[in-house]
Amino acid sequence: MSARWLDDVPSRGLLLLLLLLAALILIPAFANDYLITVLILILYFAYVGQAWNLMMGLAGQLSLGHALYIGLGAYAAAALYVHFGISPWIGLWASLVIAAAAGGVIGFLAFRFGVAGVYFAILTIAFAEFARLAFDHWPWVGGSAGFFLPVANYARNDLLNLRGSPTMFYYLLLAMTAGAFLLCHVLLRSRAGYYWLAIRESPDAAQALGINLFRYRMYVVVLSAAMTSLGGVVFAFYYNNLFPEQVFHISRSIELILAPIIGGIGTLFGPILGAFLLTALAEGVGEVMRAIGLDVPGVKQIFYGFCLLVVVMFLPDGVWPPLAKALRLDGKPSQDRSGC
Amino acid sequence: MASPARIAPGASVAALLEISGVSKSFSGLKAVQHVSFNVAEGEIVGLIGPNGAGKTTCFNLVAGVYRPDAGEIRLAGKRIDGWRPDQICRAGLGRTFQLVKPFAGLSVMENVVVGALNQSPSVRAAKAISASIIEQLGLEAKRHEPAGALTLPDRKRLEVARALATGPRILLLDEVMAGLRPTETDRMVSLFKDLNARLGLTILMIEHVMRAVMALSRHIVVLHHGQVIAAGTPAEVTRDPAVLECYLGEDAL
Amino acid sequence: MPASIFLNVAVSGLLTGLVYGLMALGLSVIFGVVRVVNFAHGEMMTIAMYIAVALFSAYRLDPLMMLVPIAAVLFALGYIMQAGLINPFINRPEHSQFMLLVAVAMIIVNALLLIFGPDARSVQTSYAYDSFQLGAVIVDATKVYAALAAGAVATGLFAFFRYSLTGKAIRACADNYQGALVVGLDVRRLYALTFGLGAACVGAAGSMLVILLDVTPALGPSYTLLAFVIVITGGLGSMPGALLGGMLIGVTEALAGLLFTPSAKSMFAFGMLVLVLLFRPQGILGKSPS
Repeated sequence: MSARWLDDVPSRGLLLLLLLLAALILIPAFANDYLITVLILILYFAYVGQAWNLMMGLAGQLSLGHALYIGLGAYAAAALYVHFGISPWIGLWASLVIAAAAGGVIGFLAFRFGVAGVYFAILTIAFAEFARLAFDHWPWVGGSAGFFLPVANYARNDLLNLRGSPTMFYYLLLAMTAGAFLLCHVLLRSRAGYYWLAIRESPDAAQALGINLFRYRMYVVVLSAAMTSLGGVVFAFYYNNLFPEQVFHISRSIELILAPIIGGIGTLFGPILGAFLLTALAEGVGEVMRAIGLDVPGVKQIFYGFCLLVVVMFLPDGVWPPLAKALRLDGKPSQDRSGC
Repeated sequence: MASPARIAPGASVAALLEISGVSKSFSGLKAVQHVSFNVAEGEIVGLIGPNGAGKTTCFNLVAGVYRPDAGEIRLAGKRIDGWRPDQICRAGLGRTFQLVKPFAGLSVMENVVVGALNQSPSVRAAKAISASIIEQLGLEAKRHEPAGALTLPDRKRLEVARALATGPRILLLDEVMAGLRPTETDRMVSLFKDLNARLGLTILMIEHVMRAVMALSRHIVVLHHGQVIAAGTPAEVTRDPAVLECYLGEDAL
Repeated sequence: MPASIFLNVAVSGLLTGLVYGLMALGLSVIFGVVRVVNFAHGEMMTIAMYIAVALFSAYRLDPLMMLVPIAAVLFALGYIMQAGLINPFINRPEHSQFMLLVAVAMIIVNALLLIFGPDARSVQTSYAYDSFQLGAVIVDATKVYAALAAGAVATGLFAFFRYSLTGKAIRACADNYQGALVVGLDVRRLYALTFGLGAACVGAAGSMLVILLDVTPALGPSYTLLAFVIVITGGLGSMPGALLGGMLIGVTEALAGLLFTPSAKSMFAFGMLVLVLLFRPQGILGKSPS
């Protein structure tokens, strides 16, 4: 079984990946708290970026309202924990189902009614905004005043209830990101993966080859939504407070697509690379600003904006494809062009 | 590939594809009017006519891209007009596009695998099927190249390979010989002859390259201004005055 | 609730809606011709609003008087953006263009945040508290003046597209890109001109809106969204549709704010958007897809 999964992956690439994983597993032993919080942010964006990348990169559907799924996932698990004491490991199933349903509704409306391209993007924005406003007025989850999870002491790591030190969350996110990566790798090489790529490249040709466009588009939307919601669960239990204004806001949706776009849409490693680059550079810029004494709100965002601009203009496929080529990781002739 | 077992032993010579009284208009323009013809199982039929005669529209109607305003289309006796293109493909009809639509970002092999997955959900099996088809179409050397980088003749071959990979009972070919050198044309012709003879693949082809049409078709249907003006063997059709007039009059050949 | 309150609120919404309509008109023109989704539309309007605020606080210049210069500045901005940034992107995939403008929007919003800070700024003109009374209806003077200005600018734009040579050339580009090229029109320059005009519209709308509302950097994204809702509802590519959509949204927003809670008014707009996208994607006045 595992031999089949690893078909076509160049051994150099695999080795580097394993080294990276090993490094990430060992880092907390040497890192200070600040570095760990930065890494948590990186992994979070790598994970949700990967989930978004499924929809955009694999199936070509541009979603600018993915914060919807983060919010739904976050609120679902948090509400079950706060109101009923249900462990997030059980609560996350509610998150998955609710987000999947939301994705299903959006997908159904979009694909049944032929809403595509830019219109689809706007539809996703509308749904996220709708959720933001709706949650603002829902007292059971705190409304606009916010929803708070009881903050326990960090002395113990309570994995069952996701209460604990940043290091615990770090490993959790590492596992999730690695899992997402593996899942996408397997999917890409499956029938669904081929069909998604075909739909992205030419829906007409795909149909003529027997692909049911509606069904496969729905699969990817629902899967992407569900995956993203798990990021929301972690978000809720890590930050311990949720405000609709923040969680569902369009800037959250845009924030989470930066990493995959900069790293490389449609590639497996792109979102991860993008998350590292973006967060590391932003922290760097932040440090420089602090040193000069120009620590003002908005600088980081302007920086993100410029990064995005530069990448979109000069590196339309993202940073990873040219980098992979330079490192000769795009591999031997047997390597799938569509993959990592 | 379409296995011989698909053709039921002792099957009647009823047509595999029946088009009856099909019409289609676009914003008042009658593209296709009361077109009727049949394609028998195992036949190769040529669909010819001057530019704008409605040939590709016919293909699009059969393949489910458009819904006919009137008339019926049957595949192996079942009505398929109104079906989606992917449903029609799964029912056994493969088609190529006149303006080829390769999956540009995928390799030649991956393109064909997409087609082959129609026959088998296992990627491994699909790859095996694809490898054989790629070889038959002479794309073996380029199988890992991105489809977007291919020359036009190669793209046309890829288009055919992809459609073949779906394992169709009937293949609709839309001007696949255009732009090919005579040697390449001959090669395609012998490939289709072989597939037709060996596997009983039924073919309906739109072609302007008369060399190919004459060599392959047992039966030809001539379309002009959206209507069938002649049908018969190649010899009959080339002698038909109506056909000669529409071509010479149109200055098309 | 007495009917007069409904009427007041509705009329007030209608007037504000006309200004919204002008803003959306700019977007419609840009999308209709250049086929680029200007995701930085609201942000550009915010720039205009801040310029008006700055001019007012420094020199006490009425934004409505400053309408033409502000629109001119935005025209230049739009022209440069199209010529310099977007024109090379015309043949790129849709999502690339989108992302380009998303990036520009991000930069604008945060640059404004950096320069002006997050606090709301407003313009209190001398007539800020005046009102007119027509029978049972009482309306704010600011709304009336803003609506009149919006009407004037919109009329000017219609006339330009209908009667001027350049306007017709631009419409030709919109209808048939290849045809326009064949006929020898300098499409890139016309695109830049169009984007400039769209930006000018939005700049004018900004000078009007600033006397009606306070401005913060965060206003940009919400107005971009609103502009899209209006344009899609009214009909993409239809100029009267943008104005109609604007007024419709203005009225429904105002009434929804009265009948439900004020913050729910945006939900209405989004609800309308979803319905339009599903059942009548060409909008109310848009052309039906063939």
